[in-house]
Amino acid sequence: MNSVTKYFALPRFSWRFIQVWRRNAMVWRKLAIPSMLGNLADPMLYMLGFGYGLGRMMPDVFGTSYIAFLAAGMVCSSTMMSASFEAMYSGFSRMHVQRTWDAIMNAPVTLDDVLIGEAVWAASKSLLSGIAVLVVATALGLAQSWLALWALPVMFITGIAFGSLGLVMTALSPSYDFFMYYFTLFITPMMLLCGVFFPVDQLPQALQHAAALLPLTHAVALVRPLMNDTVPPGVATHVGVLLLYAVGGFYGALALARRRLLT
Amino acid sequence: MASLTAHALRKSYGGREVIAGIDLELRPGECFGLLGPNGAGKTTTLRLCLGLTEPDSGTISVFGMPVPRAAREARAHVGVVPQIDNLDPDFTARENLLVYGRYFGMSDARIAERVPALLEFAGLANRADDNIKALSGGMKRRLTLARALINDPALIFLDEPTTGLDPQARHLIWERLRQLLGQGKTIFLTTHFMDEAERLCHRLAIMDHGRVIASGSPRELIGAHIEPQVVEVFGDGAEAWANAHGASLSERCEKTGDTTFCYARDVGPLLQDLEARPELRYLHRPANLEDVFLRLTGRDLRDC
Repeated sequence: MNSVTKYFALPRFSWRFIQVWRRNAMVWRKLAIPSMLGNLADPMLYMLGFGYGLGRMMPDVFGTSYIAFLAAGMVCSSTMMSASFEAMYSGFSRMHVQRTWDAIMNAPVTLDDVLIGEAVWAASKSLLSGIAVLVVATALGLAQSWLALWALPVMFITGIAFGSLGLVMTALSPSYDFFMYYFTLFITPMMLLCGVFFPVDQLPQALQHAAALLPLTHAVALVRPLMNDTVPPGVATHVGVLLLYAVGGFYGALALARRRLLT
Repeated sequence: MASLTAHALRKSYGGREVIAGIDLELRPGECFGLLGPNGAGKTTTLRLCLGLTEPDSGTISVFGMPVPRAAREARAHVGVVPQIDNLDPDFTARENLLVYGRYFGMSDARIAERVPALLEFAGLANRADDNIKALSGGMKRRLTLARALINDPALIFLDEPTTGLDPQARHLIWERLRQLLGQGKTIFLTTHFMDEAERLCHRLAIMDHGRVIASGSPRELIGAHIEPQVVEVFGDGAEAWANAHGASLSERCEKTGDTTFCYARDVGPLLQDLEARPELRYLHRPANLEDVFLRLTGRDLRDC
């Protein structure tokens, strides 16, 4: 019992977390171009394939073309994917394979700093992915509003949320294979249920309720109107749910990482 | 003031006591060695001293700072060479030092000032911009040592610093460590190489099953725990010979595998006896720390 309260002790951060972020940014910079292109390929293929292919047979959705509807979904799903991959596959490499975290914690930097540095880094990288999709969508004329800039903070919070949830898995994972479960059981359902490809209200009632509990739904509910020159309804709720996932996920990841690494 | 003190440390994992009451004191400028078989609790002791895990009971202080409470502050004055290499494989040698210095809150300019001398110390001045993957095991070890010095620490922890290195690479590391001692640094070393401990350490503690079972200078330990002369006898008839003659001609005989170790103050009669038996091969040498270690920790294989 005593140890459980210890793992859940309130986090204590220092500004040294920025150096953890900088370390990751420095590695990323060496491979920035291929990394960005890689992050862009998937959402682009979905957007162009479904957007033009399927969109041609479809009526407008909420007064916009299907491809414009899909673009907003892709901005969010690309943010989700990028943060998840970074926190899990890359995070696991740094934590377990390369033991980079161990090296950092031998310096005057704590695990709390490492974790917040990782979460903010995952969010930063996912923000870049989201922006890349947003820029392409804008170039294709699919977002024509300054309001779309408000999508940036939404992407960042979404990135913190998915980065933190990814770090939960990383702290639990025995190996890379473990992450497949998370993708199959959590990420893929969200791709399909959270309004990325079609409005959530097309789903049966029960699935709508389930979707309302998932973070991606709320990111999409904010970003889509913003890209379509509309102030989203229910901002507080959507931001609230995303923040809840961000803070709750991070706290959980920290407790699990402490259990794994500081015993 | 002592560089590091630990008092009555205890730590259990899942009901198994890994550290069962340890007291340590490191004096400034000395090389202190923690010896023990695999699983004796050496690495756990280091982790406790760095504040990376909390003791169940007991106190630790590093330069007067309480650990783990002020571990972050304490670690600012400490360098660490871990057992498993954890250099950043995505960076060059120089970048590794740069990034690591930032964790200590050093400015890039100040780190850049220190890097050339550190690379020189590591013998890597001409490999500064090579990727880590291109370096040999010995080079990586030396770079890890240089990395541990980036903050100019007064105390350096080394966890089995030469495990897995070839003899040349080991000698080079030892030479560097002696250089650091010459500069007045304090070194806390764990090892299971007795020759390493004998060469480097001013004082040693031998650990087993979470306890310190003996401590002192290498010479003191040898003097206190073992007869000064050893004759190792090998070959088919060694065991029979030991039972029939060896045991009575020496003060103590022990068997490991196909070798019999005979310990005595005066090995003259023993050697005379062996001279007459050409079928047995033998080696006469002075007792060393390994003999002490094996005597105190037993000759069974430790595979934990």
